[in-house]
Amino acid sequence: MSDEVRPATRPEDATRAISPKITDPNLVVRSLSLWYGGSQALHDVSLVIPRNQITAFIGPSGCGKSTLLRCFNRLNDLISTVRIEGDILFEGHSIYDPAEDINALRKRIGMVFQKSNPFPKSIYENIAYGPKIQGVKKKQTLDAIVEKSLRGAALWDEVKDRLGESALSLSGGQQQRLCIARAIAVEPEVILLDEPCSALDPIATTKIEQLMTDLKEQYTLVIVTHNMQQASRISDHTAFLYMGQLIEYQETEKLFINPIMKQTEDYITGRFG
Amino acid sequence: MEQNQPPFGDQLEQLSGLLLRIGGRCEQAIGLAVTALVDRDSGVADQVIRGDAEIDSLELEIDSLCMEILARHQPMARDLRLITTVIKITPDLERIADYAVNISQRALELNEEGPLKALIDIPLMARHAQKMVRDALDAFVREDADAARAVILMDDELDRRLEQTFRLLLSHMIEDPTTISRCLRMMFAAKSIERIGDQATNVCEQIVYMCEARVIKHGRF
Repeated sequence: MSDEVRPATRPEDATRAISPKITDPNLVVRSLSLWYGGSQALHDVSLVIPRNQITAFIGPSGCGKSTLLRCFNRLNDLISTVRIEGDILFEGHSIYDPAEDINALRKRIGMVFQKSNPFPKSIYENIAYGPKIQGVKKKQTLDAIVEKSLRGAALWDEVKDRLGESALSLSGGQQQRLCIARAIAVEPEVILLDEPCSALDPIATTKIEQLMTDLKEQYTLVIVTHNMQQASRISDHTAFLYMGQLIEYQETEKLFINPIMKQTEDYITGRFG
Repeated sequence: MEQNQPPFGDQLEQLSGLLLRIGGRCEQAIGLAVTALVDRDSGVADQVIRGDAEIDSLELEIDSLCMEILARHQPMARDLRLITTVIKITPDLERIADYAVNISQRALELNEEGPLKALIDIPLMARHAQKMVRDALDAFVREDADAARAVILMDDELDRRLEQTFRLLLSHMIEDPTTISRCLRMMFAAKSIERIGDQATNVCEQIVYMCEARVIKHGRF
């Protein structure tokens, strides 16, 4: 089949390409630009993340998807050379408001990273750590949080008889689910996941994907993934970024079956470059 | 043992090639079947019937390649629409060849008896159906949704001619009841040609989906 059949994307398509129907917004990104020193990593990105759904960010390495994800709980603030313009509204309030309590924000917007990073403590302590530093002291309450979080992360049945063992004794997939349990122990509203399955085997990946699908009942999930099949399997909406720009943002099915922008089509069909 | 697999693009080209081959064989089978009927040539009818095995095996080869591409490459966007289109239109094409076999079988039966006075519109219908199949394959190759839509519109003409054939054959049977069995066989042949048009329409509806991701079947034209 000819590669030349699809016409070059027209200017009016660019507007149509970022138009998913979102009735219940949770996070709203407004004209967000970000620089690492002199290098601009995000260019005027605007999009709306819906509540209780899974939104996936896809794109080639260096396209800005992880940078955008880290903006949601202001992790980029930890990098001194970062400069940000634009805004992100969480439940209608700017997270970049100078009065915003970053610790409180990160409690409400939790994060799970590519490489599982349990604390070198027991399974129990890993989960109880967050609630403890928030002031929960009563053992009975902590026990209940640990059980609820581990159940929520579909890990309870596998670890309930060895809560005192080191978290590092768990398998890679179990460690990642432990990190998800740790994130939900502080009862966030949003969970950000930065390539959470890239170091896992297919069985552990399936478990995490199933878990994400279950978790969206209670949380808003935003996931960065290199795995397009994963994005197409689990997400409700997908955003394609390229060179720091949001190229297309659609309902996942629409984006993977009939993308509007030629760049999206070229990327998801492997014709990039 | 490690095997070198052809790249994705090569497999897609191979698939398109196979689809055109099966389509070409179908188009040829329609022409031969009608020759067998019009020229009362049982040898040509046998050729169509024997040739059906090749079309069946092409269908299996296409199915197998589609499964392999899906399993190995998990295609997306237009590649996904191409594969699903091929999966859906291959049985339509194979069915077209089956109708050509039906026509040939009727030809063999008719050749056992004396000729009918007139073959009515059957050669015209066959040429029309053949053109629909040819144009459908062209629309597939060129990824041309408008051309596919034009083929769909051609189907009405085939339906009209079938209706006309039915009326004329009915008159024949009333006028001369000794022709009833031959006229009925001829009617079955005409119906097979009309069904070829329907299959070509299905193929074209799927081609529009492949090109535009738009479903136009079941009255959504």
